[in-house]
Amino acid sequence: MTAVKLALRNLLGAGLRTWLNVIVLSFSFVVIIWHKGFLDGWDRQARTDMIAWELGGGQYREQHYDPYDPFTLTESHGLIPHELMEQTKKGELTPILISQGTIYPSGRMLSIMVKGIDPGQQVVSIPTTLLENAGEDIPAIIGSGMAESSHLNEGDYIMLRWRDKNGAFDAAEIKIAGIFNSTVPTIDGGQIWIPLKELQRMLILPDEATLLVVKNPETNWLPVEGWSFNSQKSLLVDFDRIIKSKVAGGSILWGILLLLAMLAVFDTQVLSIFRRQKEIGTYVALGMTRRQVVTLFTAEGAMHSVLAALLGAVYGIPLFAWQALKGISLPMEGSDYGISMAETIYPVYSLGLIFSTVIIIMITTTLVSYWPSRKISTMKPTDALRGKIQ
Amino acid sequence: MENGKIISIEGLKKHFPMGSGKFTALNGIDLIFGKGEFTGIIGPSGSGKTTLLNIIGSLDSPSEGKAIVMGQSVGDLSAKASAALRKSQLGFIFQSYNLLQVHTVYENVEFPLLLLGVESGKRKKMVLDALEWVGLTDKEKSRPAQLSGGECQRVAIARAMVKKPVIVLADEPTANLDAANSHNILQTMERLNRDLQTTFIFATHDEKVIGYIRRKIYLEDGKVARDEIISKNKGRTLQ
Repeated sequence: MTAVKLALRNLLGAGLRTWLNVIVLSFSFVVIIWHKGFLDGWDRQARTDMIAWELGGGQYREQHYDPYDPFTLTESHGLIPHELMEQTKKGELTPILISQGTIYPSGRMLSIMVKGIDPGQQVVSIPTTLLENAGEDIPAIIGSGMAESSHLNEGDYIMLRWRDKNGAFDAAEIKIAGIFNSTVPTIDGGQIWIPLKELQRMLILPDEATLLVVKNPETNWLPVEGWSFNSQKSLLVDFDRIIKSKVAGGSILWGILLLLAMLAVFDTQVLSIFRRQKEIGTYVALGMTRRQVVTLFTAEGAMHSVLAALLGAVYGIPLFAWQALKGISLPMEGSDYGISMAETIYPVYSLGLIFSTVIIIMITTTLVSYWPSRKISTMKPTDALRGKIQ
Repeated sequence: MENGKIISIEGLKKHFPMGSGKFTALNGIDLIFGKGEFTGIIGPSGSGKTTLLNIIGSLDSPSEGKAIVMGQSVGDLSAKASAALRKSQLGFIFQSYNLLQVHTVYENVEFPLLLLGVESGKRKKMVLDALEWVGLTDKEKSRPAQLSGGECQRVAIARAMVKKPVIVLADEPTANLDAANSHNILQTMERLNRDLQTTFIFATHDEKVIGYIRRKIYLEDGKVARDEIISKNKGRTLQ
């Protein structure tokens, strides 16, 4: 307790020197937590958006359908199972039919996926109501990424060519009825969405679908012949794997920030021990053991992080609270690079993140403070008193 | 000899490594110090004064012979035991004061009491008493950098005396002070020696100090050349 009291007295007495270190260290605290909170917020948002826009509460997939293999698409359709018809009518699941097609924007040829979806569905967040009331035209909606890459605007007409179930080519003009913004690139890039009935008619596949997106993940969805049920959890496996690897990458930056902070503490400790030799000798002369002096210096170093945590809390907590509420607006559109990124990211600063960061920094600071302080235990007090140690 | 024997030195030798050989700083010292002495160890630079004080203060250990301080053989003490001896029985006054620069005067004087674990209320009274002995009650909140050399040394005296140690070891305490401040410091120490019966041992070659001490031990080349006991007040020069 005496060591802690003396360490605090030494630190506060050192004035500006202490506060400079504390300020630098508190920046590290705040930046480390901010960075981690930002990434966590981004991941959580991406996960939430992916569920809302694409995965829903899970999916029934026609047994041939493999989203990673376009060659399966021709066979990947089947009648909506009668066991699920009731839930489909109630809006508890929505069928999606998928086919390949070609559009010709600005004289270019562009291979795309044509997806048919019920305009009245409320299972996924795609604004399918834009597909209603298109009159004689075949309405289509596209994501902003697709609109930008294909130079399409709302109200544009464009030629769509497809092959029906018999392999016959057909073509029709479709109208871009709306452009939506989504942070989920997998429902945007290279895709157009048209009414399900329209696509079923075009492909000559009445009442058929490729997948059925369910609304509620809690419902006990039973197995249906010819269709495989993929729970929300299983659909997120790949995404969670990506997040894990991103966390590992983020940890490198986290480690670099921590290293920089520790370097400041280590440097201060090394300088202290050389500059304060007479003081160390005086402590020993006044009756402290060398081990107590080591403890004192270690406590001083460690206390930098305690003061830094307190200072960081003073400006960090309001900053975090404000950012978690207002979000961080990003200057660029991350989706341009195929990254699922919202225009505004809402960081997540959990108590676990804050406490674990503070505890890790405190432990590391204590170790870093102890390391150079061990030299004191080998000092001869008579040499220290004369400041003779090199 | 005044009162009981508190320090006994027999055949004390101290060697330091120097190149491939060794340098003998103390070469067979035999001395006895009693309680309440006001003694000077006098000699030129390199005569071994500071080494002798360091060994008495258990900051260093003998190469040969024995130094028994308060019944404990300095050479045989563990680091913990020698720290306990310094903490409870010894006070140090240094030529360059060695005050803790970031602490206030009050905190500097309080320091030895914190190490002793003296209870807060009692500690405060002891610190204020010590500051009163040296006439610095109005400076308790100042830091060493705000004080003159004389004031710093008075703080050092208060720090050494606050726990009322049996022995105070003062290494060239007036070397950095002008004449007026030197006399002031010496009078303070003389008064404390008289009032508290604390043994003062000085390492010095300062004539002003020599004028105050009541026992002069002359060291030459690591040996005791003369050991003189002066009657009280004889030879003092007050300026």
